[in-house]
Amino acid sequence: MSQRKVELWVGAFVFAGVLAFFVLVLSVAGISLKGVGSTYIVYGEFNNVGGLKTRAPVKVGGVVVGRVTDITLDTKNLTPIVKISMYKNKGVYPETSSLSILTSGLLGAQYIALIPGFIDDEDNGVLKNGDKISDTKSALVLDDLIGKLIYSKNKNKK
Amino acid sequence: MTISFIRGIGKATISLISVIGCACLFLLRALWGKPHKNLFSLFIRQVFQLGILSLPIILTAGLFIGMVLAFQAYYVLVNYAAEQSLGSMVALSLLRELGPVITALLFAGRAGSALTAEIGLMQSTDQLASMEMMAVSPFKRIIAPRLLAGVIVLPLLTLLFNVIAIFGGHMVGVTWLGIDSGAYLSTMQSSVHFGGDIVNGMIKSAVFAFLITWVALFNGYYVVPTSQGISHSTTQTVVISSLFVLAMDFLLTVLMF
Amino acid sequence: MITDHLQIKNLQFSRGNRLLFDNLNFTFERGKITAILGPSGIGKTTLLKLIGGQLTLDSGEIIFNGKAIHDCSDEIIYDARKKMGMLFQSGSLFNDLSVFENVAFPLREHFNLNESLLVTLVLMKLEAVGLRGARYLMPAELSGGMARRVALARAIALDPELLMYDEPFSGQDPISMNVLLKLIQQLNKTLGLTTIIVSHDVKEVLSIADNLYVLANNKIIAKGKVDEVMQTDNALLQQFLNGDSEGPVPFHFQCEDFQSELTRVCE
Repeated sequence: MSQRKVELWVGAFVFAGVLAFFVLVLSVAGISLKGVGSTYIVYGEFNNVGGLKTRAPVKVGGVVVGRVTDITLDTKNLTPIVKISMYKNKGVYPETSSLSILTSGLLGAQYIALIPGFIDDEDNGVLKNGDKISDTKSALVLDDLIGKLIYSKNKNKK
Repeated sequence: MTISFIRGIGKATISLISVIGCACLFLLRALWGKPHKNLFSLFIRQVFQLGILSLPIILTAGLFIGMVLAFQAYYVLVNYAAEQSLGSMVALSLLRELGPVITALLFAGRAGSALTAEIGLMQSTDQLASMEMMAVSPFKRIIAPRLLAGVIVLPLLTLLFNVIAIFGGHMVGVTWLGIDSGAYLSTMQSSVHFGGDIVNGMIKSAVFAFLITWVALFNGYYVVPTSQGISHSTTQTVVISSLFVLAMDFLLTVLMF
Repeated sequence: MITDHLQIKNLQFSRGNRLLFDNLNFTFERGKITAILGPSGIGKTTLLKLIGGQLTLDSGEIIFNGKAIHDCSDEIIYDARKKMGMLFQSGSLFNDLSVFENVAFPLREHFNLNESLLVTLVLMKLEAVGLRGARYLMPAELSGGMARRVALARAIALDPELLMYDEPFSGQDPISMNVLLKLIQQLNKTLGLTTIIVSHDVKEVLSIADNLYVLANNKIIAKGKVDEVMQTDNALLQQFLNGDSEGPVPFHFQCEDFQSELTRVCE
């Protein structure tokens, strides 16, 4: 087989391999080619993050507007701090917005819902890079819930 | 009795260590120093030999493995009413384990054995020795391009294997078992991570490729120059490199995930 | 000009636990045909591999063109090899290349010649061995004798000064044997090649050789001009040269007396 034909085949092979890579990246891992654009970081302070994982989505009314990039513990207050990167192209939110950790479905993965606050023209501005949101609702831990239920039932009986 | 047993162990250890040393020197001689002047075109030809000629078996195997994986996973998942997660199950098991490992095993059987037989024949008919006498280093002319081609080819084959296997899973899951196509893709997309799954799979694959081609070339070069010797070395290549792949897979999995 | 093209001094070499060469000295004169004879298994091929630097010797010196090549950098030995040609017993042609490409191989590897010059050179070499017509054939399509001639063309492609033949006549029919003999002689005369032939085909080799070494039992048992050696009165040598089955090299493999073994077995 001539060198030229070999080169043609090899070129096609490598091309197919690269194509396969992009298929995996784009449609299997679901990473958009446009990327997420630029982001800014905000922090959320929770009492309990439950089963929240990094890379969990942050949604406003079901639309993804950011992702959890890191979960750490504030060693002074001993409360979990969630680091969130917000997509700049998904609008701006007032400083008074609140975060709550919710579960998709009964046993599904957990995500953060962002509830936009009101905009007060004078006092407070919008969320900026490095801002901290302290108005948060912690994750619902099912065990606690069941425990409470049983407790209240028992109390009612008495 | 005991003495001879201990002596046997000692002997085996010594010979094992000397084989490892020999293999390392072999690698060094292939990669160290000035490369061959036509390295690139030799390399291209080997990519053809190892890659294109392995494609049919890799693609066929990939399609069927994807299909059977989807089938089996469906019957487990449907018990928990979680058949919607079929996409994520298929994609994750392929990207993390099955893709790199099965492609590597097939590659060892198809390309590794061919490499050993080729080099072994060259060695036993004095072709390598006569090349050396013409002042052409067989390490640079024969070994190095094959090693490089192997390391490049296997990850590419793994990518193709993964894509066609996921497609095969899609075929069975969506057209046959009636899962929603959107669900198949979206559960896949939400669970597969680029760095954690795709890149790690590729790293595994590159490590396997290096091991397989190394073992294959080494076995071919140090062949016993008889027809029996060549067949022995070829078998040896497939067995040893397959075991290496499986052991290394465990090690890498523990390190990565 | 030094008359001794290649010198081997105090060569000692053993493979595994077996001593192959014990303190041997050789000198090969420039432009002469030197034959090395000896029974099978004496390590004649090993000797050629030692000269080519493919094996390392235990002790001793190999001096090629006045330069030591036994314990040197890869560069020196590769330079020396460009001036050596070696014809292996099997021919060892590259079986994925055609006859033409086989002969062109060393030229392509070492020089960047343009295609027309390369074709001219290769055709010249093939013409010298009489196989210009076979240039498009693959090695698998050649007979043993033809394969050896192609290998010879390849060995002289780089215009070496020294050509080594490893058992060039074994397994050849009388015609191709004579063709090879003629070729070896011709190349030696016209190109002035220093030639080393390792063989056990006594009659053929002696008809063309100038100098002769005879090896047996790790030692050189005779050396010198062919006519002189032929006259030497040495039982071992004479047995080998005449091919007698009985003599200092016994017909029987070393063992206990047959009579006594039979009695023991029958008891």
